[in-house]
Amino acid sequence: MTAVTDEVLTFDEAMEKYDPVLGFEVHVELNTKTKMFSSAPNAFGDVPNTNVTPVDLGLPGVLPVVNGVAVESAIKIGLALNCRIAEKCYFARKNYFYPDTPKNFQTSQFEDPIAYDGHIDIELADGTVFRVEIERAHMEEDAGKLTHMGGSTGRIQGAEFSLVDYNRAGVPLIEIVTKPIVGAGSRAPELAKAYVAAIREIVKNLGVSDARMERGNVRCDANVSLKPKGQEKFGTRTETKNVNSLRAVEHAVTYEIQRHAAVLDSGTPILQETRHWHEDTRSTTSGRPKSDADDYRYFPEPDLVPVVTNEAWIEKLRAELPEPPAERRKRLQADWGYSDAEFRDVVNAGVMSSIEDTVAAGVSAAVARKWWMGEISRRAKLADVEPAELGVTPELIVELNALIESGKINDKLSRDVLDGVLAGEGTPAEVVEKRGLAVVSDDGPLLEAIDGALAAQPDVAEKIRGGKIQAVGAIVGGVMKATRGQADAGRVRELILQRLGVEG
Amino acid sequence: MAEINRDDVAHLARLAHIDMNDDELDRMAGELAVIVDSIKSVSEVAGDDVPATSHPIPLSNVFREDVVGETLSNEEALLGAPDNADGRFKVPAILDGE
Repeated sequence: MTAVTDEVLTFDEAMEKYDPVLGFEVHVELNTKTKMFSSAPNAFGDVPNTNVTPVDLGLPGVLPVVNGVAVESAIKIGLALNCRIAEKCYFARKNYFYPDTPKNFQTSQFEDPIAYDGHIDIELADGTVFRVEIERAHMEEDAGKLTHMGGSTGRIQGAEFSLVDYNRAGVPLIEIVTKPIVGAGSRAPELAKAYVAAIREIVKNLGVSDARMERGNVRCDANVSLKPKGQEKFGTRTETKNVNSLRAVEHAVTYEIQRHAAVLDSGTPILQETRHWHEDTRSTTSGRPKSDADDYRYFPEPDLVPVVTNEAWIEKLRAELPEPPAERRKRLQADWGYSDAEFRDVVNAGVMSSIEDTVAAGVSAAVARKWWMGEISRRAKLADVEPAELGVTPELIVELNALIESGKINDKLSRDVLDGVLAGEGTPAEVVEKRGLAVVSDDGPLLEAIDGALAAQPDVAEKIRGGKIQAVGAIVGGVMKATRGQADAGRVRELILQRLGVEG
Repeated sequence: MAEINRDDVAHLARLAHIDMNDDELDRMAGELAVIVDSIKSVSEVAGDDVPATSHPIPLSNVFREDVVGETLSNEEALLGAPDNADGRFKVPAILDGE
């Protein structure tokens, strides 16, 4: 395959002349126990071609039966996207030959999707809210997994043959299609990423998908076209397939905008086609030409009866919906009284839910934040895991905090206590006992240490006596060192000043 | 106007991966045209108040519980495959070499 490097303009040059129009098709794999039309397990990573039934292999004479949970999941997604739910809808056969689809058709929906006419509000990093209109969300099934063999790169080009695993064939998919998104301007790449992130968050929050992009649970086809500034009519679009990470969505949209701009500047028309995204070069290459005349010969699936909804059913499902993620964030920030910056850091650190649980367990939002953004995040970074994966429970934080507030331990010692608890040495109280970590509060040993520290630094002692009270820190430091951090620094300060006969 | 012409048949044959020669295309175009005309007479009987019907039996919402059932073993799954490797179906190169 000859590598062709396309001409591109810089992003800024492209933005000076053109307005981008975006459109997304996001496929969401549901996490039902079984497939869309068969009772084979819907599971990732199993031995190839074992999660299959005759239905999934398209063997002659088989009959599909719809997974009721998948239909309810589809309705929930529709409701979460503010869609209307169809009163009656059908499945349809989309006919094409490709080895990942053993039936030679994909069971999908065509004229009457289960959900249509919705919208979601996407919040960009600076707080700008951008409404994305949803055209439809429909039910269909995933295809099998192809592995191309014999080529140098594992790509389809140059392969000698391909191997097919049908474990994924028939896994329930919901395809969410936007209306054309106009007016994003230079924020189009950022919006693209935020949109896919929002869909992922919504389906994860609904509990209907594992939403792990690295496993292909959420996959994005990104449509891009450009129109000269001021022109109403849309340009010709390209569809970049399977852009499967948030960063890649942002990069792919950026790249296609730059490439389109260069093609249009050279006076050539854009070829309507699919493009393949290459993460390594951060560029796209031409796929098969696509035209609206793609002839799939859709027709109603004769083996499946229609899905008919009613208000009672829809309202029952609506009542089961969890609080939308965006509203939840607003509520939690208000409850906790965090600044925008503090809250954004909490969200980015992935500890919002942990803080929520910890506050519910009985500490203040400030204390919960101190722990999750401080010590726990620090440890998570060192161990290269998510903070929530360290095994620190809300109850543990409550106990540690109680020990600090009662004066038994201080912040510094609490880290040693946490070490002990995570090492399996028992409850915080037990670790304090076993490791002898309690703050020294008996004044006797403290006074001894203070006298030692004063004797070691007579010049400092003299300054304090002379009124330079801020110098007391040096003596406190000496005492803390002598007591291996087990003294209550506030009490030490008091005692030093008393000892020297100075008013604090 | 004939509903099905020779070009339609050739197009459909291509989509369906069926090899047809000129004689076959001619004959099939004629036969399909007759069938389409025959079926058209149904539309003459049905008034505007009769919606297009894809499913004649008044059934809806036939759903399955989301419970895992029996599956084929890997060996059984591959039994009918013309070729296999590594427990997977082996298929010829999808793109012609470029």
